[in-house]
Amino acid sequence: MNTGYSTSFFLVVFLIVAIGFAVAPLFLARLWAWKYSPRKPGASKNATYECGLESKGDAWIQFRSEYYIYGIIFLVFDVETLFLLPFAAAFPELNFGAFAAMLVFLLLLVEGLAWAWMKGLLNWK
Amino acid sequence: MDEGLRRELGQHGIFTTSLEELYNWGRKNSIWPLQFGLACCAIEMIAASMARFDLARFGAEVFRPSPRQADLMIVAGTVTKKMAPQVVRLYNQMPEPKYVIAMGACAISGGPFKQGYNVLKGIDRFIPVDVHIPGCPPRPEALLHAFMTLQRRIDAQLLTGPNRPRHLKESAPSEFPIPQFGPHDISPNKNPALWQPPAFKRAD
Repeated sequence: MNTGYSTSFFLVVFLIVAIGFAVAPLFLARLWAWKYSPRKPGASKNATYECGLESKGDAWIQFRSEYYIYGIIFLVFDVETLFLLPFAAAFPELNFGAFAAMLVFLLLLVEGLAWAWMKGLLNWK
Repeated sequence: MDEGLRRELGQHGIFTTSLEELYNWGRKNSIWPLQFGLACCAIEMIAASMARFDLARFGAEVFRPSPRQADLMIVAGTVTKKMAPQVVRLYNQMPEPKYVIAMGACAISGGPFKQGYNVLKGIDRFIPVDVHIPGCPPRPEALLHAFMTLQRRIDAQLLTGPNRPRHLKESAPSEFPIPQFGPHDISPNKNPALWQPPAFKRAD
């Protein structure tokens, strides 16, 4: 099909309109502020918003990242339950292939549990 | 524009307006309140924003959880002296133009807890209040009425000239001093530029 113009022409038009759509209100707001409504920065206005309280301390603190262990163990049991229920409900109609696939899936999750057990994560300290 | 000419044009189906009217019309129909409740009045405020009373009819249903996006502070409930600095700081963190509705007897005067050692006797001692609503608590209709009052006030604001509102004046403050919660009382206990105790004069 010979249209006489490049098809990427529309992309350029859309890009320009999209950028204009985003930038024009900002530009108008700046124009409005310059003409009518002066900017009024201030100490507490520029401060961090902390529900009205003054923020204390530094946000750049170190914290223990050991939560991932609980995340993994939770995932093992949660995903297992999530898939075992429909598996149990549909069990009579399943053929052997689906049954084997489910067993492989369960094995993968049980591997995670075995890994956590080996690492001693299940011991209450 | 001359009012007669305007009516004349209106009869011919020509709508005329000014920048000021457009500006105020847009602002008064999109007052976003700060999501912020202090006591039982907040329950009435929530009721007013729900389907039965439907604050959305006035374009004010968008309760913002951050002062950066809010236009209106509804001080709904008892302001304790411990909470007062936070309320003032939140007000300071709102961008101009900003408005305040003091909702209920406590917010306007301390209400039934006025004699309490820990209760601020009216938030208008620290921040400029646009509309006061009496009542304990005021019904949602009263809050709607306060909204309509505020809308009328916004509609009457001028864009230029010496009588233009605070947010259009370069020199007018947009922040107000935050009181400190001290060991005995809040200090200072009022902003003298905003509020003076009523003076009683003995009749001669």
